[in-house]
This record gives sequence, C-alpha cells and structure tokens, in this order.
Amino acid sequence: MALLNSKTKAVLLGPLSKNNPVIVQVLGICSALAVTSKLEPSLVMAIAVVLVTAFANVIISLLRNSIPNRIRIIVQLVVVASLVTIVSEVLKAFAYDVNKQLSVFVGLIVTNCILMGRLEAFALGNGPWPSFLDGIGNGLGYGWILVVVGFFRELLGSGTLMDIQVIPESFYEVGYENNGLMMLAPMAILLVACIIWVHRAQNKELQEESN
Amino acid sequence: MKALRNYLDKIKPNFEEGGKLHWLHSTYDAFETFLFVPNITSRSGVHIHDARDSKRTMIIVVIALIPALLVGMYNVGLQHYMAIGQQASIWDMFLFGLLAMLPQLVVSYVVGLGIEFAIAQARKEEVAEGFLVSGILIPMILPVDTPLWMIAVATAFSVIFAKEVFGGTGYNVFNVALITRAFLFFSYPSKMSGDQVWVRTSDTFGVGGGNVVDSYSGATPLGQLATSEAANFSEFTFQGITGQSLSISDMFFGFIPGSMGEVSTFAIILGAILLIATGVGSWKTMLSVFLGGAVAIVITNLFAQNALMDMPMHYHFLLGGFAFGAVFMATDPVTSSRTEKGKWIYGFFIGLLAVAIRVFNPGYPEGMMLAILFMNAFAPLIDFYVVDANIKRRLKRVATAKTANE
Repeated sequence: MALLNSKTKAVLLGPLSKNNPVIVQVLGICSALAVTSKLEPSLVMAIAVVLVTAFANVIISLLRNSIPNRIRIIVQLVVVASLVTIVSEVLKAFAYDVNKQLSVFVGLIVTNCILMGRLEAFALGNGPWPSFLDGIGNGLGYGWILVVVGFFRELLGSGTLMDIQVIPESFYEVGYENNGLMMLAPMAILLVACIIWVHRAQNKELQEESN
Repeated sequence: MKALRNYLDKIKPNFEEGGKLHWLHSTYDAFETFLFVPNITSRSGVHIHDARDSKRTMIIVVIALIPALLVGMYNVGLQHYMAIGQQASIWDMFLFGLLAMLPQLVVSYVVGLGIEFAIAQARKEEVAEGFLVSGILIPMILPVDTPLWMIAVATAFSVIFAKEVFGGTGYNVFNVALITRAFLFFSYPSKMSGDQVWVRTSDTFGVGGGNVVDSYSGATPLGQLATSEAANFSEFTFQGITGQSLSISDMFFGFIPGSMGEVSTFAIILGAILLIATGVGSWKTMLSVFLGGAVAIVITNLFAQNALMDMPMHYHFLLGGFAFGAVFMATDPVTSSRTEKGKWIYGFFIGLLAVAIRVFNPGYPEGMMLAILFMNAFAPLIDFYVVDANIKRRLKRVATAKTANE
C-alpha cells in the first residue's frame, strides 16, 4: 500500500499554499503576530502547532464514530488541552527560555482557530491516516508563515537570527540602526499582508473579483 | 515658453501608442501637464469646469508652506550657531539651514516621486499630484538630524503602504507625511525624540564647523516641561539651547529648537491665511482643532497636578506641532472629513486628543501626530453619520409636510 496516493498528497500539500490556513483562510493570526518577534520562538511555536494539530486530528478521527454530536466541541477541547499541556510541560523542561517568550501563547494553542477548524472540518469525517496528514499539512502551512515573518522581524528588528548577530558591526558604525517598529505587532501584520500580496500575485485564481 | 512648448510637441510622438518610448507615457504626461495647462476637455456628460484642479490646489499648499520653510531654515542655522557659540550673519544662518534641509527635501522627493512614477507607469495611469505636498511636508516635520537613509526608508514605506496599496492619491486613509513620521517615530525613537536631534551641532558640508558650548542642551521646550520636576507652571521657565530664557515672541516667531518647519507659529499663520483666502484649507477644521484643544486645556488646567497639566493655553498653541498640524495636516482634503458638520467634529477631537496625549503621556510629546492619525481613521465614520442624520432630518420634514397638507 502506497503511503501517499493523489488524494492524501493533496491533503498534505494543499495547506502549504493554495489552502493555507494563515494567508488564504486568515486563521491563527493572533498567535502569528504575537510570537514572531524572534525566529526561535516562531520556530518552536510552529513545531508545537504541527504536533498538536497532527495528534489531535488522529485522536478525534479515531473517536469520531463514538463522540455524541452535541458535546463534540467539549470532547475536542479535552483532547487538545491535554496535548497542549504535554507540549507546554516539555517546553518548560527542555526549553525554558523559549517557553517564557511564548508565555501564554502555548496555552492558547487550545483556542487556535486552525486547530478547531481542522478537527471540525476534517478529522470528524475522515480516517486517522488522512487526518494525520491533514494535521501535519496545516501545521506546516501555519508554521512556514510564522518562520518567514519571524525571520524578517528578527533580522530587521534586532539584526540577529536565532540570537546570532548577522548584521555586521560595521553597518552600525556607519549609521545603520535596527528598526524598532519591526518588534511591534503592527509590522507583523504588514509582513503577513506582504506574504499574502506576493502569494495572490502568483496564484491568480485566489484573487477576488474587483468591482 | 514657446521653445519649451515646441520641444514638448516635437518629442510627443515618441510617447504615444506605437512610439518607442511609449512605456514612459505617464512620465511624459506628468511633465507636460505640470508645465502647461492641459488643453484636453471632457467630451461627454455634464461636467462642472473649475479653474481649481488638483495641481493648482497642491501648488497653493506648497506656497503656503514656504514661509514656514524659510523661517525653519533660518532657525536651523540660528540654533546651530548658538550651539557652537559663534556670531553669524542672517545669511550665514540661512545658508546653513538651507544646506541642512535641502538634502532631506531632495531625498523625500526623489524617493516618493520615484515610487509614484514607477507605479503609475506600471498601472498605465497618469501620475497623480499628491506627493508634491507630502514631499515638502516630510522634511518639515522631522528633526534636522534625521539620517537621510531613514527618511528614504520611511518615505518609501508610507508611499507604498499608506497610499499606493489603497489605490493612490485621493484614496489614502491616513496622511502620508504623518505616516512617514510615525514610522520613523516608532522605528528609530532615538533619532526622533530626546534632546540630541533637534539642533545640528556638527557642520554641514563643511559650513559652520565649531565646538559646542558648555552650557548647551538641545531639549525642545515641550521636552523640557515633560521631564521637569516643577510642581506647577509658575515655577518653570523655558530655556533656549544655551540656557537663556525663552520669551513668548521667541516661540511665536519660531526661534526655538524643534522640527524644522513647525517652530514658527507666525509663518504658519501666514500660510493659514493663504489657505483660507484661496479656499484650499478649511477654516472650520482649523478653528475646531483649536477649540478642541482649548477645551482640553481648560479641563487640564482646572485639575492640574503637575507643570505640564498647568501649562496655559497660549503655550500649548505655540509649542510643538499643534499649529502646524491644525493648519497643514488636519485640513488634508483626502484624509479629513468631507461634510461641513463633520469637519467641526473631526477637528474638535484632534485638538482634544492632541492635548490629552501631550499632557497625560509625556513619553509622546508629539500628541498632534497621533491625534491626527487616529482621527483620520474616524473621518469616514463621522461623514457617514453626518450624511445619515441629514437624510433622516429631511425624511422627517417630508413626513411633517405631508401630515400638514392632509
């Protein structure tokens, strides 16, 4: 049995571009703005969301036939909350500094719109394997936006990448300065807007009809 | 004139459909209509013809800005020679200011117009005039020591993200010059506030070299007051950059440290007279900004807890960007309210907020910029309710007229 046929491939790869949760569906913006001031927390957040989405999708998909319809949101929340707690504890144990930077936003993965959206829209109606791929795909689709935004914000805002100085000292000596606005949330939303701009320009079918 | 016209006519075919320079058509068109009144009139529909096209409006604003620009240049030189403790003639001071300001003007125009031309060209549209005013406003509201590359970055940012993405001149929600300043203010706070940036102490292109005198301190009057320990205003005196005390007339004529164009209330009043006389700027907006400011000042004076809250009204109006913002920024026809009643509301809140920000948040001594940007966002909402109220009032009138007739 091939692990990926054309349908599961679309499930995995679609969210990376044409069906991206952040730049096409515009979900999960709040955390994308809040945690991306540096590259490292963006990366950690991306990984955390990939893992939580993937496993929450699998678990809900396995339970999908036994969950009573009326209380399904509660069941989903319980599953997601347990996974988030695990991620949060692991971060506290092994990456305490990053965990402090991410602060409440690890906990707030519980309410991340992407997560609930995938559980509702996909996991409740599909088997565990496609659900797993869907979770990975959406997590990565969210993650790469975070990493790109985090890359530019850290590079232009602090002159560093992963806390390593990349803009040479000689630049500062001739008058270059870090852009403080990059460290503030408004610039993050502008960067997301720029990504959307480039993306729409390349994918004509996503452009809305102008009237 | 004739020769210029002939030359333009001669090169025109190159830029028309099929010409080898057709891709530069917008650029040609911009220069032709800049130099000569276009002789093309609309051929269909009903049009009202008025001599006041947008090019003329823009030019009048630029002319209105000239007094403030000249006094600003003189003041840059004056502050400089005071700081280095040298005597200099008026012309030396003026020359120094000119040399300090010219590069900033050039950078702001080259970057801004460059982007405007490129985008108009790409969209195959006419080049719009909007940047003519923004380009001169930008250096006037910045400290003299702002590095040129920062002005270039900020101008590019605001032309693209505050104007072109909304559809170009006439469609922008926020004032382009103020967005430039806000970008710089939040990006490079060390170059936009504090007491090191308002007076150029080094020489400019070799002119006016010298050592700074010992008693030098470059804080603006508002900056001094915001950081002072004085319990009320009567204990406080404004100081010039060498420690001399500043009189009201210094503040009125603009011989104080501050952003280049906005120090002289006198020159701003001259500009305001021209704007009002020609009908380009709305006197309602200007007056209501001062009214709103006055209300806020009276309230803060009544409940004064510190020297800043205690500052009398005339100082508020003379210092900082209050007058400049009221006359040249709040009246921007694109970003302000368009209904006549709306202008009163819009201006009133600008004044109110500017004083409130200035007094209650000394971290932002320039309340005017934030107040105007904030009200820019509300201008369409104000217009909506003014128009809506008018419709409702007239509907009611129709209803009463009908019942009276029956």
